[in-house]
This record gives sequence, structure tokens and C-alpha cells, in this order.
Amino acid sequence: MSPKTIYDKIWDAHVAHEADDGTCLLYIDRHLVHEVTSPQAFEGLRTSGRKVRAPDKTIAVPDHNVPTTLDRANAATMTEDSRIQVEALDKNAKDFGLHYYPVSDVRQGVVHIVGPEQGWTLPGMTVVCGDSHTATHGAFGSLAHGIGTSEVEHVLATQTLIQKKSKNMKVEITGKLAPGVTAKDVTMAVIGLTGTAGGTGYVIEYCGSVIESLSMEGRMTVCNMAIEGGARAGLIAPDQTTYDYCNGRPHAPKGAAWEAALTYWKTLFTDEGAHFDKVLTIKGEDIAPLVTWGTSPEDVLAITDVVPDPASFEGGKVGAAQRSIDYMGLTVGQKLTDIEIDTVFIGSCTNGRIEDFRAAAAILKGKKIKDGMRAMVVPGSGLVRAQAEEEGIAQVFIDAGFEWRLAGCSMCLAMNPDQLKPGERCAATSNRNFEGRQGRGGRTHLVSPAMAAAAAITGRLTDVRDLM
Amino acid sequence: MEKFTSLSGIAAPMDLVNIDTDMIIPKQFLKTIKRSGLGVNLFDEMRYNLDGSEISDFVLNQPAYRDASILVAGDNFGCGSSREHAPWAIADFGIRCVISTSFADIFYNNCFKNGILPIVLPEDQRDALMKDAENGANARIEIDLETQTVTGAGGETYHFELDAFKKHCLMNGLDDIGLTMEKVTYIGTFEAATATSRPWV
Repeated sequence: MSPKTIYDKIWDAHVAHEADDGTCLLYIDRHLVHEVTSPQAFEGLRTSGRKVRAPDKTIAVPDHNVPTTLDRANAATMTEDSRIQVEALDKNAKDFGLHYYPVSDVRQGVVHIVGPEQGWTLPGMTVVCGDSHTATHGAFGSLAHGIGTSEVEHVLATQTLIQKKSKNMKVEITGKLAPGVTAKDVTMAVIGLTGTAGGTGYVIEYCGSVIESLSMEGRMTVCNMAIEGGARAGLIAPDQTTYDYCNGRPHAPKGAAWEAALTYWKTLFTDEGAHFDKVLTIKGEDIAPLVTWGTSPEDVLAITDVVPDPASFEGGKVGAAQRSIDYMGLTVGQKLTDIEIDTVFIGSCTNGRIEDFRAAAAILKGKKIKDGMRAMVVPGSGLVRAQAEEEGIAQVFIDAGFEWRLAGCSMCLAMNPDQLKPGERCAATSNRNFEGRQGRGGRTHLVSPAMAAAAAITGRLTDVRDLM
Repeated sequence: MEKFTSLSGIAAPMDLVNIDTDMIIPKQFLKTIKRSGLGVNLFDEMRYNLDGSEISDFVLNQPAYRDASILVAGDNFGCGSSREHAPWAIADFGIRCVISTSFADIFYNNCFKNGILPIVLPEDQRDALMKDAENGANARIEIDLETQTVTGAGGETYHFELDAFKKHCLMNGLDDIGLTMEKVTYIGTFEAATATSRPWV
């Protein structure tokens, strides 16, 4: 038998039917649902009189729209259209019999944080959600990717997707990370090298000693942004770190079932000599704390760098770089550490987990954010929030001057009231720095949680190593 | 789904790389529970001032392109989120075909669910069509899906590739779910086998 990648193995284990032309029906083990991309899909089911085929494999949670302020139990904190979407999810979850975590449940949070936290996401599974950051779940050695609303309806109705296989890409991070460099910097470094289309048509396997040394939280951060490099899915082979994270989670198998699962999971690795269509290798030691300067996630530079000259790019990127510089209000040659910011956002499916908050709190402990700075921490789930409070981290944020919020997507995509105003500039731990992403005219610099904390203290983009 | 067989129309040029789904349809318009009515907000922040008035130099606001049914765009069109609101907005505006050198995977798939044909061409051919499109309303582009060809205003014809199954569905306006339902016994068989081999799932 020819050697296989982990992606090949998971793919092969989920093909329910293959047509002569290679078009497959891929069986889906877990379907995560949120309020923004699902109402039209449920409406489609109703119109055609279809049911949800596997409600026991379907998990729903509202996250994109929900306010994260402490008064959110008061419905008046939501706009009417947001409230209608959340109420639609409440109703759809009930009518179709899905597992559901409503806003009032302490387990509610960002769908990609709730899934792993509750043990829904396990190695070797296929996981989909109407959200591009579904790639996050690849951290468990599962094949996880985003789908559109028509595909959401297709999975609801049939528990399968019509797919053709992607190509295999290996991204190896060798050596070790330097102090102050985190999983966020690793994933941004990869996008900086591949560009936002470098992974298009591929499933990425992240490997190497740096990846192996990361916690599950760090691995989720890495896989989360696979989509920013164009890959629908990124994944990491499961190992003891993965098993330890899964063991004891509410929906993880128990007893004999756990042992059987473990035996299977241990077969999920890339065989020696398996073929990759594309390979990228990065030395961990070469990665510095990074920031984005422009309006594409590929606009990545070391914090010690300066705003680039558009003329240094090629092709269509020359015009795009100039447009970015104009939009971002920057000057060519300006030191990145001279860029002043007025807002800090720590949270999102990229960096809204406990480890992210620990890293930020370690920088903030005993310090205050700059006068006039608007800084908020939005936990990825109610359980992350509770844990941070128990560990005393929440108090560190509050003492420093941060707002300590309830769980949700919040300012990552600014569908709820947390938005930038035109011209405001934010250091954000989220995943997209597109024009208008955090609010029309708002300017976003993507950074790690530790870098975001450093920026909150100094009021400008800052090399976190100077504060360590 | 509306069938797509051929199209002859005005092409609007958008010579910008990495046009993302936040540009195509900003998040404030995702708060709908319907699929329709998003065309008026297509490219909203590029198309309108804060007071709602039109930004006159944006391509779709120019008289020559207000009725465009084709978009010729820079590399990596549709990157970003999985929001199907992006193709819904494009289709609702009246655009049935987007031509670029590359598309983000999820956006590309979403197009086919909504009767939109995304065409991938090499850079030089895309650039030639971009030049054609810049000539305004007189420069019509013709697309024939059966023969997989695009013909520019000057008569030059380019062949494009696409998956045979996707082509079949688009040409016949087929509903994916209906097609899959015909194979439901395979799904049942798979589920039964998994219940034994991976019972924890």
C-alpha cells in the first residue's frame, strides 16, 4: 500500500460514495452551526420538507451577533436584525433537535472554541461549519473546513458534502521559538511567506518540532489561520498533547470507547515517504514577533521593520500595497513601532483561549494601559471566562484598565456593537485586517495576545520583548 | 437554481488583487435571514459614501457599467470568509460570471450553488479581457459554457477549464441536495459501518 498523508487517511475513511470522475460524497462527523450563515439553510429544509439527518452530530451556538457587554441579558442591547437571527437559531435548534448552547448558557461562546472545549471535536473526524475559521479544529488531527450556506443545508439534509480531494501541502516549523514569539507569530509567518493564495487548493499539514511543542491552544491558533493562507483546512497529527486535552471532555468517549478511539487515533500520522505536492520549511528561530501593516493577512512584517515601499512589490501587489498604505494612514519607511494605536482587542477564535489570556496577562501584570486607550478582552467562551476569573487573570486585565467582557466573536468581525469608527486604529488578536473588517474606515493590525498587551501599555505597536 | 448556458454582457473591470468577501458584502448586511435583496449593497463601502450617496468613480456606479453582468477581477478573488452572502449579492446585482486568475476555494464553490460561473484564466488572457472591459459598455464579452470559451470584444477566444460535474450542474440548474438524495443508501451503509468501526463518533 502506498504511503499516505494524514489528510489522505482521514479522507479515505470518510468517502461514502465516489463517482467515476472522482467526485465524492464525504461523510461529515460534526456539523457546527451559528446564527449568521444558517437561517437560510433551515428555511430551505422547511420549504422542501426535509429533516436534519443527524441532529446528534449537529451542534449550534450563537456567537457572531451577540453583545459581549455584561448587560446582554437585556434584549435591548441587540439591534432588531441581530435579535431576529439569534431567535431564529434558538427556534431552529429546538425544532430540529440539535445540541444547543444558548446565550444564557455558561458554555456559550465562539463556535470554534466551544466545539473543542466540549469534546465534540476529536482526532480523525470530519468537521464543517458555515464559517471559514472552521480550520481551527484541524489542530486535533481532524479534517475541518468552512462551507457556504448552501452546503450547510446540504450537510443538514444528507450529513455529507459533495467534494473532490485537495492536494497535500506540508508546512514544517523546525527548531525552537525565541522568547516573545508565539503560535500566532508562527501562523502569520507562514501566511507572510505563502501569500493569501499560496494554500488555495491544498490541505496543509503543519509539523516539525515547533508545532509538536505547542499546546492545543497554540495549535488551534496555527490551524485557525490556514484559511488566511488560502487553504480551506490545516491540520496537525494528534499526539499525547491532543489525547490529554480530549480526555474527560463532556462529549469525548469514556472507558472502553476511549481506549478504542485512542488505538485508532494513533494510526493518524503521515507515513514515511508520503507525497506532498508542496513543501514549506521555516526555522523557528527565524520568526520574530510579527504585525500586519496593510489590509491583507499576507502583509506581515517583524515588529522591528518599517512600512514598505509599494515599489518593492511586483504585479498587482504594487497597487494593492499603495491602496493599503493610504487606507491605513501610514508613511513609507515609518518604523512600525512608531505607529500609534487607540484600541486593543484581545479575543476571537484565533486568540480567545485561556493560554492567550495568560500570555497577555503576564505582560500586563502590575501595569496600566495608556491613558485614553480603549482596550477589551472578550473570552472565547463562558468557560474560558470562568477559568480566567478563577486564575486571577481577569483581575489583572481589569486592574490594567481593560474591559472584561462576556463571550462572543465581538470586534473580530464587528457584527455586534463592538466596532471601530473611521480612522480608529486597533491592535487585534483576531485573524483579518481587511478594509472595514472591524468597522468602516477602521484600521487593524494583527498581533499576538502578548503583543496586543504590550501595545495597550505603550499606546503604539510595540516589541513585546522590550517589556519582558 | 437558475441554469447557466451562455452569457453575452457588459464586463466591469476591477483591477485589484485579493478582493475579499468583506469588500464584496460587508458584515452589517449578513444580519438577514433571507438570500435575496443584497445586490444594492454589493461592494457597499467601495460604492457608497457614509451618507449613502454614490462614490462616482467606483466602477459599478459609472454609467457604462451599471448593467454589467460580468466582472473581470484581480488575482485571488473572493478570499476571506465563507459567507454565501457574497455570491448572493453578486447574483442579485445581476452579475452571472466573474473572471480572474484565481479564486478562494470556498467562494469558488459557493458560486456554483447560485448560478454564477467563476472563470479561471491565465494572467495574460485575464489582462486582455480587463483591457476590453475598460472600454466600457461597447465592449461586450461572450461566454459559452458548453464549449468552455470566453470571447472578448475584439473576437479573441479563450478556453477555460472547469470540473465536469460542476459544469453539468450549472448547465442544468441542478439542486445538489436532490442529487445526493439519490445516493442516500450509500450514506446509510456508511453510517452503519461507522457505528461499528468508530462507535465514538
